[in-house]
Amino acid sequence: MQYLSQILFILILGAGVYFFYRSINRIIRNIKLGKDIDLSDNKAKRWKNMLRFAVGQGKMTKIKPIAGILHVFVYLGFVLINIEVLEIIIDGIAGTHRVFRPVLGGLYDFSIAFFEILGLLVIISCIIFLFRRNAMKIYRFQSPELKGWPFFDANVILVVEIVLMVALIVMNAADRSFQADASMPVSSFLYPMFENMSDSSAHLWVQAAWWFHFVGILWFLNYVPYSKHLHIILAFPNTYYTNLDPKAKFKNNELVSNEVKAMMDTSFTPPTVENPRFGVKDVEDLTWKNLLDAYSCTECGRCTSVCPANTTGKLLSPRKVMMDTRDRLEEVGKIRDGVLPEPEQPKDLHTYITKEELLACTTCNACVEVCPININPMDIIVNMRQYLVMEESAAPQEWNMMFSNIENNGAPWQFAQSERANWAIDLENESKKDEN
Amino acid sequence: MKVRTYADYLAAGETPEILFWVGCAGSFDQRAQRVTKAFAKILDYAGVKFAVLGNEESCTGDPAKRAGNEFLFQMQASNNIAVLNGYGVKKIVATCPHCFNTIKNEYPELGGNYEVLHHTQFLQSLINEGRLKIKGGFYKGKKITYHDSCYLGRGNGVYEAPREVIAAMEADLVEMKTCRSKGMCCGAGGAQVFKESEKGKKEINTARIEQAIETGAKVVASNCPFCMIMLQDGIKACGKENDMKVIDIAELIAKAEDLID
Repeated sequence: MQYLSQILFILILGAGVYFFYRSINRIIRNIKLGKDIDLSDNKAKRWKNMLRFAVGQGKMTKIKPIAGILHVFVYLGFVLINIEVLEIIIDGIAGTHRVFRPVLGGLYDFSIAFFEILGLLVIISCIIFLFRRNAMKIYRFQSPELKGWPFFDANVILVVEIVLMVALIVMNAADRSFQADASMPVSSFLYPMFENMSDSSAHLWVQAAWWFHFVGILWFLNYVPYSKHLHIILAFPNTYYTNLDPKAKFKNNELVSNEVKAMMDTSFTPPTVENPRFGVKDVEDLTWKNLLDAYSCTECGRCTSVCPANTTGKLLSPRKVMMDTRDRLEEVGKIRDGVLPEPEQPKDLHTYITKEELLACTTCNACVEVCPININPMDIIVNMRQYLVMEESAAPQEWNMMFSNIENNGAPWQFAQSERANWAIDLENESKKDEN
Repeated sequence: MKVRTYADYLAAGETPEILFWVGCAGSFDQRAQRVTKAFAKILDYAGVKFAVLGNEESCTGDPAKRAGNEFLFQMQASNNIAVLNGYGVKKIVATCPHCFNTIKNEYPELGGNYEVLHHTQFLQSLINEGRLKIKGGFYKGKKITYHDSCYLGRGNGVYEAPREVIAAMEADLVEMKTCRSKGMCCGAGGAQVFKESEKGKKEINTARIEQAIETGAKVVASNCPFCMIMLQDGIKACGKENDMKVIDIAELIAKAEDLID
């Protein structure tokens, strides 16, 4: 019987880890569909960014302090309590019970007590989060792109986190060895539930809660790759690969550089490129960093809540840009894997993100600045805009006029280049007048 | 005063300390021309040997690039770089944060490497070096709010230089609800100023100017000719033309020093 539960444990653990491994491989494969970009420079600065923004949650408490602190509780709870998973795995495989307790002694009980307090904080935070999402009318959580699955997804995550923590606390509460010689700060409040129970019934409760927690964690592990919750893993690489240039610096399109160079210098022959494409038509035209951004996004909506276009009622929402990019990438991945058939109507990223949205961006960088894990929606927007203008010639008429003014007069308005320095002549005349 | 071109300097066998990049707005827009003149007067007053490119200056290509016309941008860039490198320009000061950003950040890869400063940074350095002595003046004790342009602020991390210049005039700086890295956009960037905005509930410049109105300041200090256009329009839309004005930092200094009316 004992061996049977150990074998069952190993089988469940193996299956859970295997399916998670497959999901992660699928995601890595999808991210690699993006264009290559070299971000291997400046390692020290990159580690620092990861420590500051992902590990240290540097922006969370600054942007929205209350939600930020609650998030830090859940984050710490998640990271630290998972140390206990190590013990669960050893216990499950070896058929032991609380294998670390005899080794660590007092430190063990202190750790469990500490985890209980963290667990309680996680529960409280998640309840507040559920309340904020469902009962309070916070626009960030009610906006159109969250309708349906994304809204449900957020609630699933919160409920599962609460349930997992409750299981952990019940497991401690039913544990006779804790009841006897240690008073746990949280689970001790549940002792009355188990007081009049036989030892074997109490032990059954411990076992049940232990298995529930273990299976729950594995289920959650396999839910995460399909969920916005993937940020708990990808926040780390994503902050490591943060853009280190000034935010207003747009990349120069090399394809164009070569063409311009060839025009200026007739001896220069640009390298031949198969199917050259200007700007971004579909997810494969984005860089892998853009795609990593899309998978890292947890749809919190801080970007959209500071977007000047969105807050004044325009259609553009940077969060939707990230969600659409991920949805389209998943779709492309599924078509490649044969899970989805080739669509009858050709689709690309522009099927998801419309011209009206793309044209509304002021490139103000507020979304980039505010993102707790440095996601860059603007980069996707401007490169899709480049495709619209350069490949589809879909610029608004006013922009076409601006382009031809720059081309012909060297200024976006219709003024003659020869009048460019007229202000200086004015200034000279004015100062002469003053002297007289 | 006489404004000299780079060619004038070279003809006289001299090298100017800086190239003043005027920009299209500064050259042609009537309101922005006043900023250009004010900055030129300050440079003259502080004894800075500055040159302009005059009719050889051309659009940096910023609006084309932000609007997605990369080809036009790079054509403009390579022409400008040819002119700048031809004169051997080393240091550029721009009164427009868009020109500043483009030349500083996007030209180097295309062969244009210069030290590039925004005029508020250069004014700060003139004050710090004692070349421009500011003691209070016209704006002393007056309430001023400052609008961070996106391309100088978030885009390039310059938040303090303009504020220190305002502090040198001993003005009473009151911040808006959103400022510095959280500062709200005026609505002009990304080539928006060259087209009608998309359908929405409100114009961005109106939303921003409402934040300025809340401060009770009569002066909105700006550092960008496009913010200036947008914010002034916002003031008009709110019916506050008689109560508030948008004034560039260079104009504030010129006024404080009695160089302009």
